[in-house]
Amino acid sequence: MNLSVQIGKLTIQNPVTVASGTFGYAVEYSRLVHLSQLGAVTVKGIRLNPVRGNPTPRTAEAASGMLNAIGLQGPGADGFIKKYWPFLKELKVPTIINIWGTTVEEYAEVARRFDALGGVGALELNVSCPNIKEGGAQFGTDLKLLAQVVAACRKATTLPLITKMSPNVVSIAPFAKAAEDAGSDALAITNSYPAMAIDIETRKPKLANITGGLTGPAIKPIAIKLIWEAAQAVKIPIIGMGGIQNADDAIEFLMAGATAVAVGTANFYEPQTPLQVIAGIREFMERKKISDVREITGSVQTGR
Amino acid sequence: MLEQTVQIVSNERDTDFYFRLVLRAPQIAPLIQPGQFAHIRVTPLKDALLRRPFSIFQVAGDTFSILYKTVGKGTEALSRMRAGEELSAIAPLGHGFTVPESCGEIPLLVAGGYGMAAMFLLAQRAPQKGIVFVGGRKRVDILCEKEFAALGWDVRVTTEDGSHGEKGLVTQPLLAEIGSRKSEIGNRKLFACGPTPMLKAVGKIAEDFNVPAELSMDEHMCCGVGVCLTCVIPVKTGDGWEYQRTCTEGPVFDSRNILWETAK
Repeated sequence: MNLSVQIGKLTIQNPVTVASGTFGYAVEYSRLVHLSQLGAVTVKGIRLNPVRGNPTPRTAEAASGMLNAIGLQGPGADGFIKKYWPFLKELKVPTIINIWGTTVEEYAEVARRFDALGGVGALELNVSCPNIKEGGAQFGTDLKLLAQVVAACRKATTLPLITKMSPNVVSIAPFAKAAEDAGSDALAITNSYPAMAIDIETRKPKLANITGGLTGPAIKPIAIKLIWEAAQAVKIPIIGMGGIQNADDAIEFLMAGATAVAVGTANFYEPQTPLQVIAGIREFMERKKISDVREITGSVQTGR
Repeated sequence: MLEQTVQIVSNERDTDFYFRLVLRAPQIAPLIQPGQFAHIRVTPLKDALLRRPFSIFQVAGDTFSILYKTVGKGTEALSRMRAGEELSAIAPLGHGFTVPESCGEIPLLVAGGYGMAAMFLLAQRAPQKGIVFVGGRKRVDILCEKEFAALGWDVRVTTEDGSHGEKGLVTQPLLAEIGSRKSEIGNRKLFACGPTPMLKAVGKIAEDFNVPAELSMDEHMCCGVGVCLTCVIPVKTGDGWEYQRTCTEGPVFDSRNILWETAK
């Protein structure tokens, strides 16, 4: 039975990773989760300099999900390399580093840094964070800027590039195509949905940032549709994410057109979810007599 | 830090909206240090997915217990669970209180409401008995007074409505105690757990009298293990400040390092 898949030139032993921002830098979960059984680990977004992040409250529970507006708190590229890379480079599974910037040049500079580091599995370009004033979603919702960021990073590195797409566009197909044409090796679909919640007792927003991003099972069907649409527009692989809680959810993403999946919010409440998803995909393949997980990708039968 | 399925031994009403939950957790129980917490998934909740953090109250054999107040749908669902049912727990978590050394400082504990439960293990494991100041709105908010008395601690109660103990805020008898024994101040240390305004007041007293204080901060939490960065508070660093995690660097912080002006 084959569970391995390709993300550009990167081969991962199974199609399951974790969503950036829900797994820290992996070391935090090392005592709870057998990290070496994952397809890959994906770390929280890094820009060139350290980032303090947004004021609190930063998250709020919502029905079947949660809102967050963390503001990409992080140690910056040098801090990450010093503090977390020694642990990550020894892991048996590849590390996907999620990167961002406030200018096209900064994205490229961070990409160059991690290219020079050696041993990085892939870079994921975060062009879709809804919670920061500059950078993030401004690049993922403008076709021209998106193409510029991807092209600049493409020039800066030979590492596989994954573009993490914003869901907040009228149609994802042209954006998916733009990322592919600019040299992206894969797409990650999707990021959180812009959202808001209010405490009716205090009349205050539940987040200090007022608005945030909705994640968790609440967004799953919307993510499935985006992946299905994008898969018809591009040839490059898609890493699907958005509310995956179990293998059935993950298989749905694969059938919609994803080559791999990422578990996100579920890590916060059930840290074993990624490993349960891997085991469940294997069981499904045995039951359906599927020898290669890649056969599941895009196998939805729409009758069209 | 372990993730375990734990069984409910008992889950009984204490006073009013407060419950005592005892969980059988053979691997977790021996690891628990004073001031640490457990992150619990209340399984019957259908659309509320996140775990709930609870300070650990007592440890006995292969069990640990929690004293909680029903404040929302998570704790309400928890209060309906019965002995024999199971929960998922990740514990013990967080950086707890520093247990004083023998012949070290005399601990002065300051607790607001069920914050007292989070300090029981500290009182039990401290080599020197001290004083615990506990405050609440009314009589039913004063919990585990008996347990502290049984340890031989001096328990000083205040209630805002005067229905039990001295009428007023918990910081009043604390101030009186510290003020009347200024010569012995070098041998005292404050430990506090309770609502943020109380912690801030204790931090101010610690600063005014130059007494060390460890404060257990109560912040909204999500993952509990340090990845989501929900529960951060502003903490002074060498040349400025940064957001640190209540679940990992805390919940217990040295009061001198907390940047109250930036905190809510």
